Amino acid sequence: MNNSLTLLGLLSREASYGYDLKHSYDRYFGAGKALAFGQVYSTLARMVRDELIRALGEETGGGPDRKKYEITWAGQNKVHEWLFTPDVPSESLQSNLFAKTVIALLLDDDANRLLDLQRMRHMARMRELTRLKQEANLLQVLQCDHGLFHIEADLRWIDLTSARLTQLKKELQSA
Amino acid sequence: MNTNENAAPILRARSLRHSFGQTDALRGIDLDVQAGEVLAVMGPSGSGKSTLLHCLAGVLVPDQGSVDYSPAGRAGTAISTLAEPRRARLRLTDFGFVFQFGQLLPELSAADNVSIPLLLSGTRRQDALRRSTEMLERLGLDGLGAKLPGELSGGQAQRVAVARAMVTSPAVLFADEPTGSLDSLASENVLTLMLELVREAGTTVVMITHDARTAAYADREVIVRDGVIAAGYRVSA
Repeated sequence: MNNSLTLLGLLSREASYGYDLKHSYDRYFGAGKALAFGQVYSTLARMVRDELIRALGEETGGGPDRKKYEITWAGQNKVHEWLFTPDVPSESLQSNLFAKTVIALLLDDDANRLLDLQRMRHMARMRELTRLKQEANLLQVLQCDHGLFHIEADLRWIDLTSARLTQLKKELQSA
Repeated sequence: MNTNENAAPILRARSLRHSFGQTDALRGIDLDVQAGEVLAVMGPSGSGKSTLLHCLAGVLVPDQGSVDYSPAGRAGTAISTLAEPRRARLRLTDFGFVFQFGQLLPELSAADNVSIPLLLSGTRRQDALRRSTEMLERLGLDGLGAKLPGELSGGQAQRVAVARAMVTSPAVLFADEPTGSLDSLASENVLTLMLELVREAGTTVVMITHDARTAAYADREVIVRDGVIAAGYRVSA
């Protein structure tokens, strides 16, 4: 899961303090693995340097958690590009796709579209593996099967999530 | 894939709408199927994919919209405007069907089941049996022609169903969850043999499946959701 882009996605809803951003992240994505404050602030500093966000001024006497940040146009574009670029199918995909789906719903963006784009990418890879099997020896067939079953597991998650989007959106908006 | 991108699609559906009572099964579907392609139609239960297949195959007449069938070298036919006897004739001469549970006639042997479409189209019994035996061999069912469906495994019975669907060399094969009742290995055998046959014959396939591994045998897929094709899969023209 890409923590920087997920934080940037959260920040694109509204300007936030680092402290609030960390808690927002933990609420949606931190199950069993909360983000460290240090990581939040170093990520924010990097994003300021890259002009994806800007600091809105500092309250007197405050530490880094008293700075409020807002996203820039470049940052908004970066989030949009991230949401709608399907990932290469891999074992770590699920958590990144999970993050994208939640962020898209929080932003009231088209979560169905990003799931469909990812489904297409997955199906394309499954077609490749299925074609490879036609000319392969049994060992290679087993290897392709391993890939096919893992991608299929992702697809089943995509299908179920797609069917649950309306309910998921309601729950996120009332959280 | 044996398709000609410049040719008219072999099946073209436009603005298909169909309801069962108060339930809208299809809510405006546009779909092109190119000659020689293998198309998987996916989607959740109740999304309208079986209704779509039935409209494309002339089993159902849509409440609104059109289905045009344009096989190579012949004048096109507006299937959705034909009366049932002509649609039945078209299904017999041009289309093949494979269903989830084979739907073989239990009191007839495998060879007789495969012969049925040939006999119905007027082929002599002896010729029909010879061709059905050849087709069974092609599907790895040598020596099983005399068996009744109840004496065959699920995978063997489904291969008989494929043989029956393909024995007339149909222009289009419609398959509704063709391996839905089989385990992974039997499913793979049926699909591999079915796809070999259709690619050799240049048959176009429209295959409904909820299973991604089955859909991966196709050249492309479309998703039907709530009676419409999902956005990313729609016809661009």
